[in-house]
Parts: sequence; structure tokens; C-alpha cells
Amino acid sequence: MIKQDDILFVAAEAFKRSGLVLSADKGYLLESRLAPLARAEGYPSIEALITAARRDPGGRLLWSITEALATHETFFFRDNTPFDLFKQDVLPVLARARGNNGQIRIWCAACSSGQEPYSLAMLLEEERARLGNLRIEIIATDMAPRVLEKAKAGVYSQFEVQRGLAVQRLVQHFEQQGEQWRVKPNIRSMVTFQKQNLLENFSLMGTFDLVFCRNVLIYFDADTKKKVLGRIAQQTAQDGYLIMGAAETVVGLSSDFSPVEGRRGLYGRAAAAKSAAA
Amino acid sequence: MKMCLVVDDSRVIRKVARKILEELQFECVEAGDGSEALEACRKQMPDAILLDWNMPVMNGLDFVKALRREEGGDQPVVVFCTTENDMAHITEALRAGADEYVMKPFDGDIIESKFQQTGLLRAS
Repeated sequence: MIKQDDILFVAAEAFKRSGLVLSADKGYLLESRLAPLARAEGYPSIEALITAARRDPGGRLLWSITEALATHETFFFRDNTPFDLFKQDVLPVLARARGNNGQIRIWCAACSSGQEPYSLAMLLEEERARLGNLRIEIIATDMAPRVLEKAKAGVYSQFEVQRGLAVQRLVQHFEQQGEQWRVKPNIRSMVTFQKQNLLENFSLMGTFDLVFCRNVLIYFDADTKKKVLGRIAQQTAQDGYLIMGAAETVVGLSSDFSPVEGRRGLYGRAAAAKSAAA
Repeated sequence: MKMCLVVDDSRVIRKVARKILEELQFECVEAGDGSEALEACRKQMPDAILLDWNMPVMNGLDFVKALRREEGGDQPVVVFCTTENDMAHITEALRAGADEYVMKPFDGDIIESKFQQTGLLRAS
């Protein structure tokens, strides 16, 4: 058992770094996620790892602990609906608005190991004929370097490529490397991965037409949710969109985005919510 | 209730698959090879077929080719479920008329995901 004092210390440090809210009853979560890290870092126990983290002035261990505590669960075309919304509702409206030689910028916030941005890239590749000269940029960010590395490599296990991915897409967009499957270069080159913590300033990333921020804010407290949503709104075009997870909403947290009627999970800046519903 | 034919020469695999499929609300029928499976289809065409590749008498690939020539044989959704896990086998299966492909080892999540892909199950 981890000491209550250690749990509180780790929870406070993880919150400060990532916004992740860990309540004191989450001792089991700490156990299961920190045991592999303690082993990998060469400590005999979780207690020893935490003791070392307390003494580590640079805070490297605390970052590793924070990264290990965050949930990186994801899979290709997760929940399907957001990708249908993107293809059927958002993409046609934005393509029309930006014109034939225009550009659409998409941000996948907290992209974990990359399945979400690559799913979008596959969809766009399949739609290419209908998109003309429209340029599309996908920026995918996460705060955790370890998952970002995996995302950049685009290499997935047999298990990962069978969750959510139709076999036709596996054949079309992947190449086999031994037991692993790698996203083909044409799809990989459509996505730019960057390290970005949502708690830190991201105003330099520029303006986006569509932001995917799914199953991230659920780990934050209400105040952090409001602040992050407000700052995302500042980076979203006036006629741009936000897509959130199935169990999330902006209602009560942000007045910058409004739900698009009949499209669960899709939110628009004032102008966008109207044009998608029209 | 939709019906799924489970075709595998291993009784253990058939049992595991049946348990997963019954939890997904499928009624299951079993066959030990392709020729038994073809017999079963002639009696009653299933909605779905979970199909091993390497089996005695008639293998999965020959079965799916024969099935697609049968009357009503274009109807069932055919999902391969095999240890053959390379691109060449996958493309050959798709060309022969398979709809989806599961690489063993599999679990309930993968079967559910693949059945959703083909519209056999509604996405949750």
C-alpha cells in the first residue's frame, strides 16, 4: 500500500503539471501505473520512486510520474461518430468556406499515440478526389513524450490495428513490418506531431478551423476545463468547430462554443454552429 | 436474434468464439471444416460466418469462394479469424469475398470491433 502522504504529494504534483485530478481514493490507480515506472527507473518499490522524486530538484521523475498517471487509451476511429461528423458535416462546410485553393488547419489536442490524427489523415486521403487543391494541415499534440514518439513512428501492434480499423483500411494505409504494422509514409506525412501541454501557453500554434479535444477535459476540474476551453476558443476561427468526446459538453463551461443541433459532440463558434445546422 | 456460423477445426476455439458471440446476442452454429460449413449454409444461411483458414477437408479460402457461388451465398458477412497474419493472406481473403479479417490471437473487443465495422453490430 502506498502511504496516504505519498498519494497526496503525487496527486498535487501531477495536478500542477497536467491538470489531472487524482482523488485520494485512487491509490489502486497509482499502484498499477507507477509499479512499471518504478521497475523501469530501477527502484525496488513505488515508495522508493516517490522518495527519489521528492529529492529530484530537476523534477524529471515527477514528469515521468505525471506521464505514467495520465490515461493514454485510444484507438483508430474511436467512437466512429466524430469521424462521421467530420466527413459529412464539418469538412464540406469548411471546404466551401475556404474555397478551392484554401487551407484547413486541424488540431488534435492530446492525441496520445496518434490513432486519432492518423484516422483523420486516412479519411482525408480517401476524400482527396473531392477536395481539389484544398490544403489540409493536421497538427497533433500531447504532453507525454513517450506516446508522442510512438505516434511519430506510426508503428502499431497487431492488437492495436484491429481495434476500430476496418481491414480494407489496414490494407490500404499500412505496411507490415514483421509483427508490427506501420502507417504508410503518405499518411504519416499529413500529420505534424508536437509536444504541447494544454495547461501551458499554446497561442503560438496559430488559428485552427477544427479542434479535436476528446476525452481530455474529463480529467480536469471545472476551473481548468473553463480556462482550457477559453484558450482553445481563442485559437479557433470564427467559423471553426470543436469536437469533444461522447460524454463531454461545453455547456456551462464555455460561451464561446455552442452545440450544433442534432450533432452530438460537435460545437461551433457562433457563426459555425448556424451554418452547419442550416 | 442474428445467427453466426463458427467454423474452426479446434473445439476450444469454437467454444471461446461461441461464448463471445453469445454475449453479443448471436445465436451460434458450429462447423469443424469448410465442407461442414457449406452443408450448414445450405440448410440455413447464417447472418455472419467466423471462419478459420487452415482446416482439414476444405479450408476457409476454398469455403468462401464456394459460398459466394451458392444461392443466397452473397448474403452472410464473412469474417476470417486465423493465425495467418500477413498482408498477402489478407488481400487474398478479401479478393475471395471475405468482408473482414481477424488475426489470432483475438478477444471479445476485437470481435466486437470487427462486427461493428461490417454493420453486424451497431456501434456502441
